[in-house]
Amino acid sequence: MNNQLLIGYDDRHTFLNRLSGSTKLLCFVGLSIIGMMTYDTRYLIGIMIFSLIVFHFSKIKYRDVKFVVNVIIGFSVLNLVMVYVFAPHYGVSIYGTEHLLLGSANHYFNLTTEQLFYEFNLLLKYTFAVPLALIFLMTTNPSEFAASLNKIGISYRVSYSVAIALRYIPDVQNDYRTISLAQQARGFEMSKKANFMTRIRGGVQILLPLIFSSLDRIEVISQAMELRRFGKGKKRTWYMAQKFQRNDYLALAIVALLIIIGIALFKVNGGRFWNPFKI
Amino acid sequence: MQNKQSSSIRTVVATGIGAAVIFVLMKFVAIPTGVPNTQFNVAEGFLALLGAIFGPVAAGLAVFIGHALNDFVTYGSPWWTWVVVDGLIGVAFGFAKNRLKIEDGVLGVGKLVWFNLYQIVVNFIGWVLLAPMGDIIIYHEPNTKVFLQGIVTWLVNSASVAIIGTILLVLYARTRTQRGSLKKER
Repeated sequence: MNNQLLIGYDDRHTFLNRLSGSTKLLCFVGLSIIGMMTYDTRYLIGIMIFSLIVFHFSKIKYRDVKFVVNVIIGFSVLNLVMVYVFAPHYGVSIYGTEHLLLGSANHYFNLTTEQLFYEFNLLLKYTFAVPLALIFLMTTNPSEFAASLNKIGISYRVSYSVAIALRYIPDVQNDYRTISLAQQARGFEMSKKANFMTRIRGGVQILLPLIFSSLDRIEVISQAMELRRFGKGKKRTWYMAQKFQRNDYLALAIVALLIIIGIALFKVNGGRFWNPFKI
Repeated sequence: MQNKQSSSIRTVVATGIGAAVIFVLMKFVAIPTGVPNTQFNVAEGFLALLGAIFGPVAAGLAVFIGHALNDFVTYGSPWWTWVVVDGLIGVAFGFAKNRLKIEDGVLGVGKLVWFNLYQIVVNFIGWVLLAPMGDIIIYHEPNTKVFLQGIVTWLVNSASVAIIGTILLVLYARTRTQRGSLKKER
């Protein structure tokens, strides 16, 4: 079985594991979309706290996810720095007021409360979904994931493609490692020491065997599936599909409530931004 | 010849395996350019080949799934605007299938030049127009930042397709039997 697929799925025997994959998928997508739309700081902090509490219940150990979390924080900080370098007055233009903290109003690089507040919002937006995503990845069985996609209305052919992708990522990864080691043994330099063009050439040398073996694999698998009459019926049942239980409806109701609050806040704030500077 | 049934199975499988390959390439063979969140993606070159062989549906869905999964495990949640734009670019590459006719085994300089002009235009529409617009409208990010990211991505992705994509297309065409290469003996 490929349960160790993306980052460590494991049955941790919590209520989150018992929720059906469709519920978790719907909750994650719903919350990430509303979080993507809103710029209401209070709401984002609320969701963040909510997801951290749920994360605590999921019994996922922090050291299992430490690396991923560090990478995400690193990228977010880089992004924030870039936003500041390119648009140090963006917060001022959004919130309409200017409270200087550092520098003078004439300089390009000055620091305003508005800018800090805007970037804080951005940081929240980059990171609020991370605990939810980790919960989703680490408590959902990959085989069940495809079944859930089908259940929420995506055609079973597409769901099956996703299932094949999840099933073959470890295989392709292994192929990649093997080919890469073989080519390095033959003397292709691919580490950071080499220059850009050499690295690209090295990349191509791995790519060719990897891609041509994958194309062969496509032929083999599609013939095998045709022999098993894949795609003859209009519907397909899934071995891993789960029926909705009481807790599933409860979770969906909670998330629906959160989303409704988010939408209501658009009305209250008169837009996507919550403006604490205008009182 | 293949009938409709088996070509649809082939599309499903090509989407799945294609997504797996794209995921692995995005994760391991991406060279950072220095601008945050933009990298030289070897995967875009593979996407050109995938589109040329299997058509718009397989290429579009494969890159959509591969990119979304990769974002999911690297950044925590998919950056939807870019994932969707990548999917559209995959569809556009797939439309080149009928023009390139790579299965015939003949891929002249003319077709390659046409394909490269086409991909540069497609990448331009995707990364310089659609992706930054989406970021501004949906994520409300500052214009200059997203346009810089967009332009850098356009340049590196076009370069990736031009170098790696072209090499892959030529090599793949060479493995096909040329159309009309067999003659009946008299």
